[in-house]
Amino acid sequence: MDVVIGQLFTGLSIGSILLLAALGLSLTFGQMGVINMAHGEFIMAGSYTAYVVQQVFSTAGSSLLISLLVGFFVGGAMGVLLEVTLVQRMYHRPLDTLLVTFGVGLILQQLARDIFGAPAVNVVAPEWLSGGVDILGAVVPKTRIFILVLAVVCVAVLSVALKTTPMGRRIRAVVQNRDLAETSGISSRRTDITTFFIGSGLAGIAGVALTLIGSTSSTVGQYYLIDAFLVVVVGGLGQIKGAVIAAFALGILNSYIEYSTTASIAKVILFVIIVVFLQVRPQGLFAVKTRSLV
Amino acid sequence: MSVSRRTTISKRALVAPAALAAVGLVLSACGSKAGDETAASGTTESCVNTSGDTIKVGSLNSLSGTMAISEVTVRDSIALAVEEINNSGGVLGKKIEIVAEDGASEPTVFAEKAEKLISSDCVAAVFGGWTSSSRKAMLPVFEDKNSLLYYPVQYEGLEDSKNIFYTGATTNQQIIPALDYLKEKGVKSLYLVGSDYVFPQTANREIKAYAAANGIEIKGEDYTPLGSTDFSTIVNKVRSADADAVFNTLNGDSNVAFFREYTNAGLKAADMPVVSVSIAEEEVAGIGAQNIAGQLTAWNYYQTIDSPENKKFVDAYKAKYGATKPTSDPMEAAYTSVYLWKNTAEKANSFAVEDIQNASDGVTFNAPEGLVTIDGDNHHITKTARIGEIRPDGLIYTVWDSGSPIEPDPYLTSYSWAESLASK
Repeated sequence: MDVVIGQLFTGLSIGSILLLAALGLSLTFGQMGVINMAHGEFIMAGSYTAYVVQQVFSTAGSSLLISLLVGFFVGGAMGVLLEVTLVQRMYHRPLDTLLVTFGVGLILQQLARDIFGAPAVNVVAPEWLSGGVDILGAVVPKTRIFILVLAVVCVAVLSVALKTTPMGRRIRAVVQNRDLAETSGISSRRTDITTFFIGSGLAGIAGVALTLIGSTSSTVGQYYLIDAFLVVVVGGLGQIKGAVIAAFALGILNSYIEYSTTASIAKVILFVIIVVFLQVRPQGLFAVKTRSLV
Repeated sequence: MSVSRRTTISKRALVAPAALAAVGLVLSACGSKAGDETAASGTTESCVNTSGDTIKVGSLNSLSGTMAISEVTVRDSIALAVEEINNSGGVLGKKIEIVAEDGASEPTVFAEKAEKLISSDCVAAVFGGWTSSSRKAMLPVFEDKNSLLYYPVQYEGLEDSKNIFYTGATTNQQIIPALDYLKEKGVKSLYLVGSDYVFPQTANREIKAYAAANGIEIKGEDYTPLGSTDFSTIVNKVRSADADAVFNTLNGDSNVAFFREYTNAGLKAADMPVVSVSIAEEEVAGIGAQNIAGQLTAWNYYQTIDSPENKKFVDAYKAKYGATKPTSDPMEAAYTSVYLWKNTAEKANSFAVEDIQNASDGVTFNAPEGLVTIDGDNHHITKTARIGEIRPDGLIYTVWDSGSPIEPDPYLTSYSWAESLASK
C-alpha cells in the first residue's frame, strides 16, 4: 500500500518538475510557436543564479527565495536579449530558429564552463528543506514538496495573469489572431517581447528550483529540454491547462512504470505511449480553436 | 580556459579534421601500395618524427559534453606531468609537445580524433579517454594504426590490447577488494545501482558472480540512462529492498541527483552505506559534502595519502591550477601514465611502438599512490586498493588498504567464481 502511495507522490513530484521546466516553454513555444532550443540554457542560467546568489548572501535559508526572484529576471533578461537580437528576425522560419537557438544554447553552455568551470558546483539546500516528511508511510523529501508547491503557485499566478490583466488579454489576443490583434491597436512587437520575457523568466525559476534536487552544471538544461518539449506537445499548443495535465500524467505514469520495470525501460514505454497518443490526437490534449485563417 | 573556448567551434570545425583524416587515410593507403610488401602485413608505417628536439604526444579528453566535468581534470594532470618532465630535461633529450583534442563525450569523436592524432599529427603516444565506450571506440583505431594509448581510468576489465596501457584499476584492484571489504564487515545483501552502459553492466555481472559464490544476496539491480536526473523511484526501491549496502556504479552528474535524493529521503550511511566506484574528490564538491559524508568509495588513490610523492604531486597541481582544486584517482593515474611512458621510452631508448611494447614489462614509477609496475603481458599496472570514507571536509580518507600493490588480473583468471565471465 505504501508503495502505491509513495509512487503517487513521486509521480506528482516528477510531474511538478516537468511542469516547471515546461511552463515557460508553453508560452514561448506553445503560444508564440518559437522552437527555442536555448530554453534549457535559461534553466541553466537560473541554476547558476542560485549559486551566485548563495555565494553573495552565504546563508542558504533566505538565498533560495531571493534566487527565485533574481532567477526570474536573469532568465527573462536573457530571453528578451535573444528575442530582440535573433528570434524576432525569423518568426516565420521555424527551422532557422531551431538551428540558431541551438547554437546559442551551445555558446551559453560553453560560457558557463568558462565562467564557473566544468565540474558541477554545489548549491546548498536551506536547512528548513532538509530531510523528508512521512506521508501515509511514504517518505517524501521536503525539497520535492517545495517544488510541487512552487509549480502550483507559478501556474496559478500565470493563468490569473493571462486571464485577468490587460497584458494577459493582449498576449492571448496576439496568440489567437495576430493580424486582428494588430488592427485593434495592440503592438504585437511589445506583446511578443513580454511573452518571451515571462516564458524565459519561468525557465530561470525552474533552474533555481532544480538546484534543490539535481546538479548545477553546464549541461543541466539539456536534461530537461526534451521532456519540456514533450509536455508542451502532449498538452497541446497554446494552453496552460494542457501542459499541467500532461506534466502530471507523464510524471505519474513514469513513476509507476519505473517502479515495476527499470528506469531505461520506463523511458522507452513512456515514449511509445506518447507516440501512440500523438497518432490519435496530433493536436495534443487541448487545442486553441480560432477562426483565424492561418 | 583558451582550450575550452575552441571547443565551441569544434562541432562546426569537425568536418575539417575528419576530411583531413580521410585524405591522410587515402594517401597512406596509396603509399603503402606503392611501397614494399611488408606494409601489406597490416602495420602501417609510423610517421612519428624523432629527428627534432621535440617529441609530440596527444592528449585526448572530453572538454565539452556531459563528461567534461571529469575529463578536463585529466587533461590538466597530463599537462602537469609533461611540464615537470620538460623542466627536468625531457625524454631521451627531447621536450614533449602536447597536441590537445576534444573527444566531446562522444565515442565516435574519440575514434575520429585518435585517428587524426596518429595519422596527421604523428604523435608518439596518446593519453586520455574516460568512459569505456570511448576506449572501445578508440581500440580498433590504435590497433589498426599500431600506435599507443595510455588509458587512465578504472574500468570493468575483461580486455587487453598490445596497443593500450591501462594505468587505472581493473576490477581485481578495485571492485573485488571493495566486495571483500564489505563481506568482512558482515554485509549479507547488496542493491546495485548504475548508469546504463558498458562499465556498470559488466561490473555488476562480476559483482553478481562474486555474490553468488560468497553467499551475498542481490536484492535489486537498477540502471538509469546516462545523465538521468530523477532518482526518487530508485531510492524508493532501495528503501523497500532494505539491503545491507548499495553498490553504486553511476557516472557523472547523475550522482548528484542520486545522493541528494538518498539523503533527503532519510537514508543514512550508518544504516545503508553506499559504496561508489566513480566518485572522486572532484565529484564530492559538486554533490555537496553534506549530502554524501560518511559514504564509502573504492579507489587506488586519494588526495589525503601521506607520502612524499603525493605531497609533491598535490602541491604542484594546486600551484598550477589553484589551491581549491582537489586531486583524484583518475588524475593521478593520468599523471602516472605520462611518467610510465617516459620511463619505458628511456628503458627502450626509443619512441617506436614496438620497442616500447617490448621494454614495458617491469617498468616502475614511484607514483603518488605508491610504487606501480607495468605488467608486460596484459599492459595493466600493479596498484594498491584503498577503501575510503568521505568526510564533511569534502576529502576522502583511507579506512582500509590492501597493504601492497595487487597484480592486475583483467580476466579474473585467478578467481574460480569468475570462470564463466571471461567467455561471455
